[in-house]
Amino acid sequence: MTHRLRLLVAAALVAALSSVVMAQTFSALRGHTPIDQEGPPPPMTPEQNSSVREPRNYPEQPPVIPHSTEGYEVSVNANKCLSCHARTRVRESQAPMISITHFSDRDGQFLASISPRRYFCTQCHVPQHNVQIPVDNDFVDIDTVLKGAAPGRPR
Amino acid sequence: MTKNKGMDRRQFLKLEAATMAAAAGGLPTPTAAQNLITDRSFTELKWNKAPCRFCGTGCGVMVATKDGRVVATHGDTKSEVNRGLNCVKGYFLSKIMYGHDRLTRPLLRKKNGKYDKNGEFTPVSWEEAFDVMAQQFKSALAKGGPSRVGMFGSGQWTIWEGYAANKLFKAGFRSNNIDPNARHCMASAVMGFMRTFGMDEPMGCYDDFETTDAFVLWGSNMAEMHPILWSRVTDRRLSAPHVRVAVLSTFEHRSFDLADIQMVFTPQTDLAILNAIANHIISTNRVNKDFVNQHTVFKRGQADIGYGLRPENPLEQKATGRSKANEATDITFEEYAKFVSEYTLEKAASLSGVPVNRIRELAELYADPKTKVVSLWTMGFNQHTRGVWCNNLVYNIHLLTGKIAEPGNSPFSLTGQPSACGTAREVGTFSHRLPADMLVANKEHRYKAEKIWKVPEGTIAPQPGYHAVLQNRMLRDGKLNAYWVQVNNNLQAAANVNEEAYPGYRNHENFIVVSEAYPTVTAQAADLVLPTAMWVEKEGAYGNAERRTHFWHQLVNAPGEARSDLWQLMEFSKRFKIEEVWPAELIAKKPEYKGKTLFEVLFKNGEVDKFPLSDMAQDFENQESKSFGFYVQKGLFEEYAGFGRGHGHDLAPFDTYHEVRGLRWPVVDGKETRWRYREGLDPYVKPGKGVEFYGFPDGKARIFALPYEPAAESPDTTYPYWLVTGRVLEHWHSGSMTRRVPELYRAFPDAVCFMHPDDAAELSIRRGDEVKVESRRGSIRTRIETRGRDRMPRGVVFVPWFDESQLINKVTLDATDPISLQTDFKKCAVRIVRV
Repeated sequence: MTHRLRLLVAAALVAALSSVVMAQTFSALRGHTPIDQEGPPPPMTPEQNSSVREPRNYPEQPPVIPHSTEGYEVSVNANKCLSCHARTRVRESQAPMISITHFSDRDGQFLASISPRRYFCTQCHVPQHNVQIPVDNDFVDIDTVLKGAAPGRPR
Repeated sequence: MTKNKGMDRRQFLKLEAATMAAAAGGLPTPTAAQNLITDRSFTELKWNKAPCRFCGTGCGVMVATKDGRVVATHGDTKSEVNRGLNCVKGYFLSKIMYGHDRLTRPLLRKKNGKYDKNGEFTPVSWEEAFDVMAQQFKSALAKGGPSRVGMFGSGQWTIWEGYAANKLFKAGFRSNNIDPNARHCMASAVMGFMRTFGMDEPMGCYDDFETTDAFVLWGSNMAEMHPILWSRVTDRRLSAPHVRVAVLSTFEHRSFDLADIQMVFTPQTDLAILNAIANHIISTNRVNKDFVNQHTVFKRGQADIGYGLRPENPLEQKATGRSKANEATDITFEEYAKFVSEYTLEKAASLSGVPVNRIRELAELYADPKTKVVSLWTMGFNQHTRGVWCNNLVYNIHLLTGKIAEPGNSPFSLTGQPSACGTAREVGTFSHRLPADMLVANKEHRYKAEKIWKVPEGTIAPQPGYHAVLQNRMLRDGKLNAYWVQVNNNLQAAANVNEEAYPGYRNHENFIVVSEAYPTVTAQAADLVLPTAMWVEKEGAYGNAERRTHFWHQLVNAPGEARSDLWQLMEFSKRFKIEEVWPAELIAKKPEYKGKTLFEVLFKNGEVDKFPLSDMAQDFENQESKSFGFYVQKGLFEEYAGFGRGHGHDLAPFDTYHEVRGLRWPVVDGKETRWRYREGLDPYVKPGKGVEFYGFPDGKARIFALPYEPAAESPDTTYPYWLVTGRVLEHWHSGSMTRRVPELYRAFPDAVCFMHPDDAAELSIRRGDEVKVESRRGSIRTRIETRGRDRMPRGVVFVPWFDESQLINKVTLDATDPISLQTDFKKCAVRIVRV
């Protein structure tokens, strides 16, 4: 028996005798690392950077941002997003104009420009990293429901 | 619609044209092949209201259902809180229930066909699950009485779930070992309110935001954690140019983007800044003397109170005031003024590292009688070993200047969870509380609860039970043996899980039950997992941070065999005969209970079962009520409301809440109360009083003399960095819901360690490098981020806790505020080691 193997056997014996019983895992979000250990972190991934728009899950959903926003300033002094998405800028940028809903104030009154309560874009619109999702989502949009072919329904 | 990869715009239009031509030519095409559905009956959606599932803001949401599924959600334009807005999490509520790995059957660890702590999770029937669970609870009770069983609940419980759980444990099992995860979140705020005002929860409301002149954020990153309230702050700041925003934190985060006064202070020194502001108000002669004389008294609080660690810890051994942490003695204004006089602006500046002129600028916002101020705080104050003191000290400033309990002048404690107020606090699911601010230690309070619950005098135990942190320690020590967790993920959320929670859950003496919708780490560490209905899969009620109680109907059915927490609690209570849980002498006081089950004593008691199924709105499903044969939610709510009606906690009749977008209590004569303690605005203030803090018999608020004291653990040469933990905008708490929404997952996929670029350079670490974040208790492996949304000062790192593959709470310290027993998740010492 090598020294290394002896150590492993000893460790296993200690584990078996200790009052703590190991738990096994089955979570895709954590992976196969046991709870009492820590695995290596996945590499950092860049934000997607394209101009291709993702369809929304439903009309009321704020569209996700298909491009990278790294280094964008959105503060009381400047709003980088508006330099392309403001009504007056879309001819040059060919970016989608911010939604008309964003011009109305808390009382539903339309203002001349974007409402201050909509000023911080990232509260609703988020960029997307280039990553595989670990768990699928079985949400189906209304069009699929209308087709009567909702997967995962009823479970 | 899916993206047509590889098809350009011209091809796409051609295909569309062909489809339309087919339709126009009278050729039969399936509905879906047309690009417009012309039959309205197909496109009609059923829209209903519900509060958001996430934070304590309590936004209103409209939920669309079709064929038994949620198909869309959006911000409710009729909700006062958010007027049509949601944050990114709220907008994706539609998808939180549809993670592919929803739990749909009870799972029990089994080996050779029977329960075994070392066994594999095996699907079982509810019948078998409850059989094993009841047997385990009974053997724990037999082993050492009521202290052997316990429950860890949640500020995400609905009101009736929390109420049923509270009743089951405190009256049924006669165990006060029930505590909510709100202990991690709001306990310091609660004790701050109780000590200063004698009554819990804010006097003001969100309407203050539109009328104030200044916002001061004390340890709150509202831009990410309360985005919709932040949109109201932003609206006010950008609509009224005179308005000022001050943001205090231990690092720069997104809320700084709106700040006029930015203050990054050394952890723990907020105590000194708060006292310096009070001193500035006094020394520049700006005390509102009339207000102070009529409405306040002064107290010196006990100092040197320890850090809530295990009693054998040297820090506890040497804390002289540990045993009387919550005590205080009367002092005069002059004594108070002398006490704070040592906290000069200069002293606060040298302790905190904030330039003195900036502290003066902040102090002037409070001191200037013409400036209305809203102070806001969340976990920066509450998760603090002196969190109760922080709460008391900020009230001091508002009381000294009389800037309180009127529109625009408001010290406002923000809430983390959707029903931390409505359930954890108001229902009193803490180990020391009963509904409506009452205490288990108070004989009169117990008597009142026993009367409403129709249980004999002496049923409720007079000693507070194990609080959140103590529960994990007792599990580890084998003194708490049958344990039920609902609506939270404490193995990810509790501090120091390596040394306490994990060994506690896996201790072979213990049986751990976890009710969950998804296989979280807490569920993985359990012995029995119960699949649970969530959000609009059940009828519910939450109470938000501004005392707003709001309801929703069940809109869809839960998948598979998943059942609501309420059903689980009540169904489980059928497994116990009263003789199995109460001693003979107690039963002798109510002989009619002989032979009855806990279900019959607690829930079929003539009150909870008072309302027939025909009282339910007929358009909605209601699984629990149909299962038990009466309108369960209404019965529980009405019995519960009996605690507070007529005592300043008045709730409206049950049915009203299904009609309105929530009401702020006390609701008296059908009218909600927006500002408490002020005559004309609060019906409980006696005529002629002007202002009355009626939480105390003398009607006066308390101003506390409390010192600066250091943190439980500070950086040293071995562990040279402060570790701060917290949340990010896109994920809710432990991420069990939001990380199953692909858009939210991709927005912030993995936790990282935010660090100052110069600190990283000093360690020869570059952005993206793998590191170990290590404390005296444990470590995680993560990657260094030197850019992005948070800008760290030297010597401080931030790691969010949403990521279950990086359990940062293995690293944190389970030190608590000794008064509130809430953990400080914002301060411990770590080292960063390149892997």
